[in-house]
Amino acid sequence: MRKQLSQAFRFTLLMTVLTGLIYPGVVTGLCQVLFPWRANGSLLKINGQVVGSELLGQNFSGPEYFHPRPSAAGNDGYDATASSGSNLGPTNQKLIDRVKADVAKFRAENPGYQGPVPADMATTSGSGLDPDISLASAFAQAPRVAQARGASVDQINQLIQADSRGRRFGFLGEPRVNVLMLNLDLNQKLHLAPKKSS
Amino acid sequence: MTMQGFAYIVVFFLILLALTKPLGLFMAHVFEGRRTYLHPILRPLEVLVYKFCGIRETSEQRWTQYSASVIAFSLVSFLFVYAIQRLQGFLPLNPMHFSTGRAPGYATPMTPDLAFNTAVSFVTNTNWQAYGGEQTLSYFVQMAALTVQNFLSAAAGIAVLIALIRGFVRKETNTIGNFWVDATRATVYVLLPLALVFALFLCFRGVPQTLKSYQQAATLEGKTQTIAMGPVAGQESIKMLGTNGGGFFNANSAHPYENPTPLTNFLEVLSLIIIASGLTYTFGKMVGDTRQGWALFSAMAFLFFVGVFICYHSEHAGNPILARLGVDTAATATQPGGNMEGKDVRLGIPGSALFATATTDASCGAVNSMHDSYTPLGGFIPMFNLQTDEVIFGGVGSGLYGMLLYAIVGVFIAGLMVGRTPEYLGKKIEQKEVKMAMVAVIATAFSILVFAAICAVVPFAKNGYWNPPGPAIANLGNPGAHGFSELLYTFSSASENNGSAFSGININTPWYNLTTALAMLIGRFGFILPTLAIAGSLACKKKVPTTSGTLPTHGALFVGLLVGVVVVIGALTFFPALSLGPLVEHFFMHEGKLISAIIIRTVGV
Repeated sequence: MRKQLSQAFRFTLLMTVLTGLIYPGVVTGLCQVLFPWRANGSLLKINGQVVGSELLGQNFSGPEYFHPRPSAAGNDGYDATASSGSNLGPTNQKLIDRVKADVAKFRAENPGYQGPVPADMATTSGSGLDPDISLASAFAQAPRVAQARGASVDQINQLIQADSRGRRFGFLGEPRVNVLMLNLDLNQKLHLAPKKSS
Repeated sequence: MTMQGFAYIVVFFLILLALTKPLGLFMAHVFEGRRTYLHPILRPLEVLVYKFCGIRETSEQRWTQYSASVIAFSLVSFLFVYAIQRLQGFLPLNPMHFSTGRAPGYATPMTPDLAFNTAVSFVTNTNWQAYGGEQTLSYFVQMAALTVQNFLSAAAGIAVLIALIRGFVRKETNTIGNFWVDATRATVYVLLPLALVFALFLCFRGVPQTLKSYQQAATLEGKTQTIAMGPVAGQESIKMLGTNGGGFFNANSAHPYENPTPLTNFLEVLSLIIIASGLTYTFGKMVGDTRQGWALFSAMAFLFFVGVFICYHSEHAGNPILARLGVDTAATATQPGGNMEGKDVRLGIPGSALFATATTDASCGAVNSMHDSYTPLGGFIPMFNLQTDEVIFGGVGSGLYGMLLYAIVGVFIAGLMVGRTPEYLGKKIEQKEVKMAMVAVIATAFSILVFAAICAVVPFAKNGYWNPPGPAIANLGNPGAHGFSELLYTFSSASENNGSAFSGININTPWYNLTTALAMLIGRFGFILPTLAIAGSLACKKKVPTTSGTLPTHGALFVGLLVGVVVVIGALTFFPALSLGPLVEHFFMHEGKLISAIIIRTVGV
């Protein structure tokens, strides 16, 4: 057994260097050279200031912006150091109470929309950092955003269409739109300075 | 079920089928020590490992020595991982200063019991996370401790399988190969090249790979968002390929930095199952009859399809209670519908249901959606997959050696029916083999049921050392039947070395950290040691010639028998427990009954 342990020690030590230092080192080097923007988190900058990551959702509450899904990450949602789902089960009273509140909030914020609340707007995502909403959720918010920005609903809908992404190869994933990218486009294309939310 | 969802699953399976033979053939060559097209580049590395470790490539081990090597290797690995975690405050690449006085307020302390649980978890290929990665671990721990075990625990699983296959192939010898050689070859020729290529692809699509600290963003509405990142891509790729499943982040493969696009999701599911699938062909090739491998593949594929379609159907149908609240749970062209609680939009219902089924078919345990929030039947599939020992493709190595143990039980049952000593692949299956196979199956079942039962009743003082929240059920995130499901899932996942969770339960307390770690050890070694004992016993035996009385093990009859054995043993063992959890909750949900802390009432909406 002593020989076994000695071999085990040397094996683990060598493999720690090989797969724990050299391998990640090589991957880091290659990624930093080949895909530097992606390797560093796909960060979006305006005038040199990081405003978020293309891949991560963030909170929006003002009427002039599209709102993301409810989030269970951190205390206020979209905490990118505390990714998490709600982990509430389907028959849990807490889940149903929260969904009721989400539905009521969505209705109150979007009085112009009468249809059923899209499934993604009344549920929290698995990551708590879902960057996307469904197209239905975006269209439902368009009248509110249009009003807050003094634009027509058609203009807003066109922006949604332009930013929307369909299923990859026709069957992978869901049609969706990235909320942060859409809001950045709103600011850029409608030439309206964003109001500070209170 | 939508057409796109159906296409998702069918295309996935066809690609898996197409890759099984080429990868399986390559691995057969690797483990038979033949030259492959990677040898010109990687052979020097393989030789370097042997030289450094004092391994003679041609030396052979008996099953007892092989087992001793597995245990020695696991023990040393455990010590490495434990030490690195506990010392992370003194080690480099710790930009968030975890385990130091400058740690951020949200940091989880690296307590001895948490470090113990995590070390056992990664060494046993479970990769359960009792912690949230971005709040607990330095980059150094993620790389030099966890990534290493992602490779090595997977390589050990493959090695044990190869040893078992040799037991069938060899005759009248007492050796079954050399653990160090098998583990080295699995790492150098199979895992490293695949992981490197996949890591680069993941980064190309958006998975970060950086040593920089967490970044601050000033959001458009004038708030601050701190963005956790790190060397994710390199770990993500081997986490899937090695069926490990311990995420860089708390949300695992649901996190957009681990799984940024629908295409990465598709490839992650494929990568977690591809090696296990390929090994069925490796098995057929090595035993000299590829039909034997395809028979096992067919049984696995059948169970896979049943599981994935039940899970997908259930998640697609959604939660009727939400529908009554005015939520659109029917899929339309512009929104996914279904049960979106705990699922990300880009991944969708089929991409999540397939992932959940595959990650528990295999012993991967990565999750791209929160299983805790699945509908009762949607969550039942992952749980039952765990409880049937993850033999539907399964973990790399462990899935197939698990399935081979079921095959041994299967031919034994068939033998009883006709009153004839059973045979499998030309070897007589006798008392010792059947006993050992049953020990493995019963050890894990025992661990699941007994630990879950104890936790359902054991009291602790509130704010005491062992379990500060109070009695063991105080850690549950959901009340009633679903809470029991969390408990049952926890010990199923730990005992079967999966690592996925109904993660509403908080297991970062000394009591749960130690009991789940114990369950992981029982599950890992209670399966590996009987497997190696069978390998040793089989290798000693003569080959018996096939006669008209031999049950052919490459046809539909045998496939049906095998499927039956897996399902019947699983159902007989776990039906009572499952009926207290997901099954009763299913009826509650359709009756519109909600569960709050204690009282049950019908929802009035």
